[in-house]
Amino acid sequence: MEDTICAIATALGNGAISIIRVSGHDSISIVNTIFKGKDLTKVESHTINYGHIIDNDKVIDEVLVSIMKAPKSFTCEDVVEINTHGGIAPTNEVLELLLKNGCRLAEAGEFSKRAFLNGRIALIEADAIMDKINAKTRIQNDLATSTLSGKVSNLINELRDDMVEIISNINVNIDYPEYDDVEEITNDILIPKITNLKNRIENILKESKNGKIIKDGIKTCIIGRPNVGKSSLLNALLEEEKAIVTDIAGTTRDIVEGQIQINGILLNIIDTAGIRKTNDLVESIGVEKSLKMMEEADLILFMLNNNEELTDDIKELLDKLDNKNYILIINKIDLENKIDLSNYNLSNVVNMSIKDNIGIDELKQKIIDIFNINAIESKDPTYLSNARSISILESCLKSVKDIEEGLNNNQTIDMLELDIKAIWEKLGTINGTTYEEELLDEMFKRFCLGK
Amino acid sequence: MKYEVIVVGGGHAGCEAAYSCAKKGHKTLLMTSNLKNIADMPCNPHIGGSAKGIVVREIDALGGIMGKIADKTHVQIKMLNSAKGPAVQSLRAQGDKITYPKEMLKTLSELENLTIQEGMVEDLIIENNTVKGIVLEDSTKIESKMVILTTGTYLKADILVSSTRTPEGPHGERRSNYLSDNLKKYGFNIIRLKTGTPQRIDRSTIDFSKTKLEPGDNKYLTFSFDLEPQYKIEDQLPCYLTYTTEETHKIIRENINKSSMYGALDDIKGIGPRYCPSIEDKVTRFADKERHQLFLEPESRYYDDIYVQGFSTSMPPEVQELMVHSLPGLEKAKILKYGYAIEYDAIYPTQLHASLETKIINNLFTAGQINGTSGYEEAACQGLMAGINASLKLEGKDPLILKRNDAYIGVLIDDLITKGIRDPYRLLTSRAEFRLLLRSDNADLRLRQYGYNVGLISDEQLNKLNNKKDNINKLQEYLKNNKLKITDEIEEIFNKNNYSIPTSSLTLEQLIKRPEITMEFLSSIIDIPFDDEIKEQVSINLKYEGYINKAIKEADKMLKLEKKNIPQDIDYDKIKNIASEARQKLKEVRPTTIAQAIRISGVNPSDISILSIYLRKEYPNNE
Repeated sequence: MEDTICAIATALGNGAISIIRVSGHDSISIVNTIFKGKDLTKVESHTINYGHIIDNDKVIDEVLVSIMKAPKSFTCEDVVEINTHGGIAPTNEVLELLLKNGCRLAEAGEFSKRAFLNGRIALIEADAIMDKINAKTRIQNDLATSTLSGKVSNLINELRDDMVEIISNINVNIDYPEYDDVEEITNDILIPKITNLKNRIENILKESKNGKIIKDGIKTCIIGRPNVGKSSLLNALLEEEKAIVTDIAGTTRDIVEGQIQINGILLNIIDTAGIRKTNDLVESIGVEKSLKMMEEADLILFMLNNNEELTDDIKELLDKLDNKNYILIINKIDLENKIDLSNYNLSNVVNMSIKDNIGIDELKQKIIDIFNINAIESKDPTYLSNARSISILESCLKSVKDIEEGLNNNQTIDMLELDIKAIWEKLGTINGTTYEEELLDEMFKRFCLGK
Repeated sequence: MKYEVIVVGGGHAGCEAAYSCAKKGHKTLLMTSNLKNIADMPCNPHIGGSAKGIVVREIDALGGIMGKIADKTHVQIKMLNSAKGPAVQSLRAQGDKITYPKEMLKTLSELENLTIQEGMVEDLIIENNTVKGIVLEDSTKIESKMVILTTGTYLKADILVSSTRTPEGPHGERRSNYLSDNLKKYGFNIIRLKTGTPQRIDRSTIDFSKTKLEPGDNKYLTFSFDLEPQYKIEDQLPCYLTYTTEETHKIIRENINKSSMYGALDDIKGIGPRYCPSIEDKVTRFADKERHQLFLEPESRYYDDIYVQGFSTSMPPEVQELMVHSLPGLEKAKILKYGYAIEYDAIYPTQLHASLETKIINNLFTAGQINGTSGYEEAACQGLMAGINASLKLEGKDPLILKRNDAYIGVLIDDLITKGIRDPYRLLTSRAEFRLLLRSDNADLRLRQYGYNVGLISDEQLNKLNNKKDNINKLQEYLKNNKLKITDEIEEIFNKNNYSIPTSSLTLEQLIKRPEITMEFLSSIIDIPFDDEIKEQVSINLKYEGYINKAIKEADKMLKLEKKNIPQDIDYDKIKNIASEARQKLKEVRPTTIAQAIRISGVNPSDISILSIYLRKEYPNNE
């Protein structure tokens, strides 16, 4: 028999309540042993029951307990959800009590895994549910929902339908070589069809990258010399937006991030720890480290001091800004202008005085403009958002380019058809119409803890 | 017991089955309803065709006989798709309907262990779900350990012409009246299928000047890996191309309700082949087509019948007269035999194991049209496999199961037993996902070893194959280690052909990988001391290396799943949450591996996932 598993189902720390989910054969009886109120083993399914969680006679928290009996639950097992008052301490205490009384802490993705194993959800849904659970913003939520409702499938299916037409025509040419009723597909006929295919895949990819921005946020770094005002900028942005500063233990991220929302889009500020620490550091900016951050980021906030001449290290970094998404922030405009940028052809400059609250709004507007955020928000989020789908699509694009090369080399159509068919099959794996054993393993690896 | 194996039916499946069993040393009886009809070609005169030609090569590679008999007797041969890539090229011969059966009978008669006997089989001897022999119409019983049914279209056959239904087989032959009913009684799911054939025309009454000449190839070709060409290029008989006319279509439309299939008969149950529609179907379903191709094909050197390929019909004779006379060149044609449709019983093929032994009766094998296929080649290859596997079972050995990446034969059998059929099954190139590996040119490299292992290929034949393999390796090494010496003369040849001049450091292997450089071209400028056959193999290997490697990778993926066995005691009712259609299909097909389960239509990826997990949970030691 499967273990009974439990985990905190809400993000720790924020919110008025936390939910602890318990699933498995013994879930109701285990919760019942630490619950003071009605006898949970005797209540109806799909009821919410008021009471207290107790440790021996000590009351831990006042709670509402939802009972969902198998198979009508998310995992198709008996599921109990305990709504506690938020706050890390009582929530953890309840969790520990459950563990003491026979539950096991859920592994990454284990609830979804059980839901899938018990036939409650299909793989693609499992994937979308993961996205939905991780949704931090409203648009993210819409995106995840649209994947669930099959809009992605439609988009892919249209592509596949058109490809089937080409494939079957070529196959008729092969199987009925003397049959003159069907058009013989030649290189000249195939070239525009392949170009069209390429354009459509590229388009979905482009849109999908927007989807990725919605889902994962914009990875942003703040670059500048010590004392230029990096931490002030960070704090200004954070305070302004009542930002979520995540400190969930156990995430794999090696750097603590600050997150702010602009019009529903997440800005992930990387290495905020580094920024805060630089106040104590001496002169050097750390050119190599800065370059590395600039390389990784979707957006660079490059800060200069209006009151300071350009130093060599800054010049070196400025040279590397070309072709990147950056906003040049010239801080301390309330002080005397000593900076000379006449040798540089720079765009996206924002003059700022954080101290006087000048330029913050302009900066935000710039970010909205650069990423076309308003456009993203108003769009129908039909694109693919998860990394697996994007990478399949990218490999399809590569195959399309192979076909183009084959066409240039006068490769015979029947050979090119092999690649077209392969793309068709690959596209099928996005919405699960082609089965691949690896899919399973890869999908489960992606699940995060406890949802 | 007098016989180890009885083969019921002497068509293309039966001949291969009887040959392979007897050749392997088993006492075999071939029962036929008419000795004159051994290896008869009641429909078109082709051996081969797209995909089918590759099957004939595969039969030959395994040690079967169809290819050799065809090579010795055909009146024309050509390579289809010769302008396309190597994977889709396939041989097609115009067989000779007199000499092909004659040569076959001769080959079979020379076999020590084979007895051929006339008689109509109407029942089987069954004990404990195991076949023990056959029962003839006069109640004579003949015992054997194995029975192979290759009954073709003779089970409860009806010939349909307009509004008449006549209970007989092709050429007015007697049909088997009760065998299919008895099979039903033993638990088989019996289906009804249909096919048709066109008119035969007297050659001397056709004006060929109004048609287009379709000659054989100008190059010597053979199906068999063992025979030199047995014909002269200039002695080949041509085919001719003509077309239907607006007048033809008008006649068909005006008389459509006289066709058996369009209302003249109201009890049609048989399902006809989608891939070989009658002319009524073509005209009705593709009403906007102005004309349809018709090929006029000689049936033999020894009589005058011309087969009208593409004109199969179940119209009454008087309408057929009008139809034929509306064709260019056939205005005054004399019809020697009218077209007809034929309905017959078959068993639903998911009731078979991959060895072609039935799941319902032990030691009973079936092959050919009884399994729902159409075509001589499809029949022959099943006959061969059924013969091999019945013999292997007698010998207490594991069956020979060809996989989808081994042979078209593997594709065909897997399709039959996994997907079942809707209409008579014809092999198509597009059914083979690994067609790049299943080429006409490499059938021996793929399959001869199997043929040797089961005892149908001699040491001498195997040595020849191993020699070929050695030479392929040698030539590959040679090209890798040698470079083209760039002389003025060479430069000039390259310039003349508009090819860029290679650098002196380029190996011959690198050179041949260029799209514009062919092996023939290279052989014309330097001496490459190997046979053409070897050169062809190496050239394909090098030029299509990328594609071939991709196909091998895909095949490996499938093979991995083929290794995931599904225990045969599995109870699909115990697996929660499998969709009900999938559950029903899985119960019907009872796939032996996950790979096979994936190929069942109606079984979706999510069902496979649930099945995989169930197996992991319930059969942890299975893999």
